[in-house]
Amino acid sequence: MTTKFTTRSFVALVLLALLGVAFWTLAAGYTPDAELNRTAAYYAENTARETGAQNIVTAIIVTYRGLDTLGEVTVLFLTAAIVALVLGQSKAPRGGSGSGFLPSGELLQTGTKMLLPIIMLFGAYVFVNGHLTPGGGFQGGAILASGILLLLLAEPKRRFGHALISRVESVSGLVYVLIGIAGIVLAGGFLDNRILPLGTFGALLSAGAIPLIYTLIGLKVGAEFSSILESLEETEDA
Amino acid sequence: MTLLAPLAAAGFGLAMIGAALMALRARSTAVAVLAAGLVSLFASVLFLILAAPDVAMTEAAIGSGLTTFLFFYVLGRIRREGYDDD
Repeated sequence: MTTKFTTRSFVALVLLALLGVAFWTLAAGYTPDAELNRTAAYYAENTARETGAQNIVTAIIVTYRGLDTLGEVTVLFLTAAIVALVLGQSKAPRGGSGSGFLPSGELLQTGTKMLLPIIMLFGAYVFVNGHLTPGGGFQGGAILASGILLLLLAEPKRRFGHALISRVESVSGLVYVLIGIAGIVLAGGFLDNRILPLGTFGALLSAGAIPLIYTLIGLKVGAEFSSILESLEETEDA
Repeated sequence: MTLLAPLAAAGFGLAMIGAALMALRARSTAVAVLAAGLVSLFASVLFLILAAPDVAMTEAAIGSGLTTFLFFYVLGRIRREGYDDD
């Protein structure tokens, strides 16, 4: 037993040392760039003119690399669907106790009532202002989902409308793709944000379709996370 | 001022390693989960120092917020169902 243990820890140590060497060579050979590389320089120079977005990161995520973002959202959708499929096998009966939690305390329930609107508002703020300030659809969606999680913790017996969440999810996904196709028809290509006027630089309703797209992404991500949490909540051990 | 950012970054890096060790060493699962959340929180502050506020927000919302609560949620369920079997 002891010899086996030492061999195992020896292997682990060797692996750790190899990992350390790999990271060390990476860190030792690192020299910070004196200037932006070609792509970064292009983005820094042309983002404001081409997309009207103040936050360059958002412009890259939503417009220049919009297709990648569609892929990310799809991956998240697949995850939510698979979790629902796997956990749906052992679903608690309707009206049953679900996870069988004891009712949560007064403190959590009152706190939830106070905090939930603020959390939801903040999530919406984060994704609506994605083109102006740091943050955006993914962050805002995660904040929305953490609000839902708080609600689930406070009232474990509560059932949410699965239909509502999946409808929000699919409608926002569909509109997202439709906006992308509208970009091909009306502007320069798939998910081009210039289908709407760029507006004044720095205003809330500016940067073309970016606020709209990021709102849709925020709703979609929030709905996907919420449906994962809900599937977890509603399962019951067989 | 130029020295402050690297110092703070190094400090938060060390704090991350400390919190990670705490997560590994902790006797109670709850403390381990909290320490793992702390790693994410320090990481998000580190991203902020390295001038990546977008990544910092994602890390704070998902890594430190949602994941920690999810762990507690599942822990609570395991405990509850474990007691049922007794």
